[in-house]
Amino acid sequence: MDGEELTEQETALYDRQIRVWGADAQRRLSKSHILVCGLKGTVAEFCKNIVLAGVGSVTLVDDRVVTDESLPANFLILPHENHYNGKTLAEVCCDSLKEFNPMVHVAVETGDISTFGVEFFEKFDAVIISCCSLGKKKLINQKCRKLSKRVAFYTVECRGSCGEMFVDLQDYKYSKKKLEETIECQIEYPSFEEAISVPWRALPRRVSKLYFAMRVIEQFEDVEGRNPGETSIADRLGVLKLRKELCETNSLDESQIPDALLERLLTDTREFPPVCAIIGGILGQEVIKAISGKGDPLKNFFFFDAMDGKGLIEDISGPSTRS
Amino acid sequence: MASQEQLSAIKRAKVLMVGAGGIGCELLKTLALSGFQDIHIIDMDTIEVSNLNRQFLFRQSHVGQSKAKASTFTGILQAFSLVARDAVLRFRPNISITPYHANVKESRFNVDFFKEFDVVLNGLDNLDARRHVNRLCLAADIPLVESGTTGFLGQVTVHLKGKTECYECQPKPAPKTYPVCTITSTPSKFVHCIVWAKDLLFAKLFGDKNQENDLNVRSSDTANSSEHSEDVFECRKDEDIERYGRRIYDHVFGHNIEVALSNEETKDVLPEKQTKENGNKEKGCAADDVSAMVSLSLKNPQDIWNLVENSRVFLEALRLFFLKREKDIGNLTFDKDDQLAVEFVTAAANIRASSFGIPLHSLFEAKGIAGNIVHAVATTNAIIAGLIVIEAIKVLQKDNNNYRMTYCLEHPSRKLLLMPVEPYEPNRSCYVCSETPVSLEVNTQRSKLRDFVEKIIKAKLGMNFPLIMQGASILYEVGEDLEEDMVAIYAANLEKALSELPSPVTCGSVLTVEDLQQEFSCSINIKHREEFDEEKEPDGMLLSGWVEAPVDKDNNKPIGNDESTSNALPSGETLEGEKDDEIQETSEVVEAFTGKKRKLSEVSEVTAPDPSGPSSINQNKPKKLDIDDEADELIISDDWESLTKKKKL
Repeated sequence: MDGEELTEQETALYDRQIRVWGADAQRRLSKSHILVCGLKGTVAEFCKNIVLAGVGSVTLVDDRVVTDESLPANFLILPHENHYNGKTLAEVCCDSLKEFNPMVHVAVETGDISTFGVEFFEKFDAVIISCCSLGKKKLINQKCRKLSKRVAFYTVECRGSCGEMFVDLQDYKYSKKKLEETIECQIEYPSFEEAISVPWRALPRRVSKLYFAMRVIEQFEDVEGRNPGETSIADRLGVLKLRKELCETNSLDESQIPDALLERLLTDTREFPPVCAIIGGILGQEVIKAISGKGDPLKNFFFFDAMDGKGLIEDISGPSTRS
Repeated sequence: MASQEQLSAIKRAKVLMVGAGGIGCELLKTLALSGFQDIHIIDMDTIEVSNLNRQFLFRQSHVGQSKAKASTFTGILQAFSLVARDAVLRFRPNISITPYHANVKESRFNVDFFKEFDVVLNGLDNLDARRHVNRLCLAADIPLVESGTTGFLGQVTVHLKGKTECYECQPKPAPKTYPVCTITSTPSKFVHCIVWAKDLLFAKLFGDKNQENDLNVRSSDTANSSEHSEDVFECRKDEDIERYGRRIYDHVFGHNIEVALSNEETKDVLPEKQTKENGNKEKGCAADDVSAMVSLSLKNPQDIWNLVENSRVFLEALRLFFLKREKDIGNLTFDKDDQLAVEFVTAAANIRASSFGIPLHSLFEAKGIAGNIVHAVATTNAIIAGLIVIEAIKVLQKDNNNYRMTYCLEHPSRKLLLMPVEPYEPNRSCYVCSETPVSLEVNTQRSKLRDFVEKIIKAKLGMNFPLIMQGASILYEVGEDLEEDMVAIYAANLEKALSELPSPVTCGSVLTVEDLQQEFSCSINIKHREEFDEEKEPDGMLLSGWVEAPVDKDNNKPIGNDESTSNALPSGETLEGEKDDEIQETSEVVEAFTGKKRKLSEVSEVTAPDPSGPSSINQNKPKKLDIDDEADELIISDDWESLTKKKKL
């Protein structure tokens, strides 16, 4: 980088992780700015991870007021009423996160970020959103892509024992060492909208069923105007009907989106802490990789299902961006 | 969220966590969030700054003085288990967390203690303790969920007596050791220089003078052979420190320090140092904060010093030890948190490396090697903790068909970053859980009982408080309530050759060895052998049937990076030339991933999914893998292969 050394304090604190990714990467992390929107359990985990990793700053967006409902999977919220009474999720999480690493600047931003201009996003190196509608996801992704500066974009959703993560690094170039050589790599990522527009029948045969299931629920919420995460088992029939329609449109056999899977997703709507830890961990690693420029980033979806225990990567891209 | 049944099982459960460090913090948090209400934690460590990058329940304010400075510390050493508990109670005030700031090997943590729990979760960092807990869990018949992480790699395994492998069914690589001659005469890697600097030179100059030390074997033969080594290393009466330092330098490095220094600088080294010394740097400097780097204004631990700088550090560190830490001299052992010791060892290793054409390393790198530091990040620990809790919940529900071992990979294998595998059946030749006898080849007329106890029973078989019997005769035991005359007999027995014991041990003898605390018993068949190779079998004893990873040619005489019990994984050796590369050599953390019935010869010190995987995975599998057929063929990425190629015999 530009010759700025890590401080003695940073070297001591980050010793163990510098041994993983090097001092250079650590320096880049310390200059990075992350925007996080939607503070449920998984995102809380993610924030903890990047704060510990020593990013430059984390900006939190979530104007929802803390309620008893928010408590279960989010360890950043201390259950004392005085602590959270009347405060927003962002405010409460901000206070807790600051404690994990005083060297990281943690701040709150209020308002609906989908109304913010493109220049707002330019301040950041990575944007992570969760608990938001399909429309909002696409919109924010687009704003990130409009900038000349590359702003990494991630979404994450967890329902019960399952979790999904999406990555868009646009046109990503990085170098890595293979044996004795340094090789240059380049990966092109589709936007979220592009990815989910890939016709289902064009996808490889064994794509995770969880991908399709999440799309069905996502569509359902979009069409029915539901708040993200509010679809429940009561909507079972509606969801199954939508599945049928989507499968017909896409010439996909309905068995690719099993009833049992959909029902699980509709029943366990709340986050399951172990899954939050896992997805929050994977997301943390990905953001660290993208910012430090070290390590192969995943492209472009990651799924975890505690039922079978697999954590797998799916490349959902059109022919132009298929690896 | 978990189902109703799961929630009740969770609420009722009594869980024991052993180890509250990296994995421990994440695990405690996830257990608490998941609804566990009765958690016990055993951990003997106190908190250090380097823990804070991932052990998020701890704060800067919890850090006390380092362990090396314990003799003069003014801070309060905060115990992991206690602080972790307080931190979690802040967001889950109504659960019960019982901390034990203690070593899990203490006798109070016996089988009865373990029986109280529904499941035991290990977050340990050393092999010794893991084996100990494994045996207790087997004896108590309590399920054990084991785990480990290094950098981006991690794994979680489940162990149920009689149903799955125990932790010791699969070989665990032993700490790396090096032949004497490599260390003393023919080093070829930087780690050899570190071992020399740490275990020989540092030990000789600052450690116990009565300890045996191979330093006298010199690489060059130009020394005056009649000179006694004791004289050489002792600081002579009225000898000033600078002179002493130079004399030592000349002696160990086989060349004149003036020559080494004169190559680079025109200024004379010493006067410059003296003016600095007179300055403020030394004022108010507590003995524990002494640092050669500070006094020489070398700021960056990541810099690689040249020969002159290394020489200066060597001399300055030596001088500071004698000047400021005189009382420590004679009883120091190397501690990675002792800044001055690390500086000394780095400099000494580098100077030696330079003589042998081996690339020099920075203090940062040298510290990692000398201190067996395990590189670690919060994310891997968080992921592993999540996986542990998932398995723990299955265990509580006795969900026997769904237990899994899960590997967290750095590079995806067949799209998988988290790879679940069915646990294997117990290894029928495991001397721990299947009570298979082991065999020992030994010269029964020469080898003493003491050697047998130290090197075989304790070191290899991992028993801490053994009872050794032949038939009905007790040859040796340890215990608190032994009669004095028995203690005397056992003490005498230790010094006898095996064949001269009251109940003679000869070819064909069968010994029974037990550890009462671990409730573990093992049979050893004795075979007499006259000769042993001094280099390859320096102990003069060969144990077989004991499942150990095969040794490679370097693993002989026990001069090596010590595996002290408080250390992290054995052998944090960095692969040469790959300074900041992703995969470091790990040992037991990520195990070889192969079929169930492996022959010992197939076992390798592999830390990745076995490249010979596909065929051996499909064979011998007791049940069908709960994964797509596609996943049965693992494609191992290039990096793994290159790594494993380096590790094979």
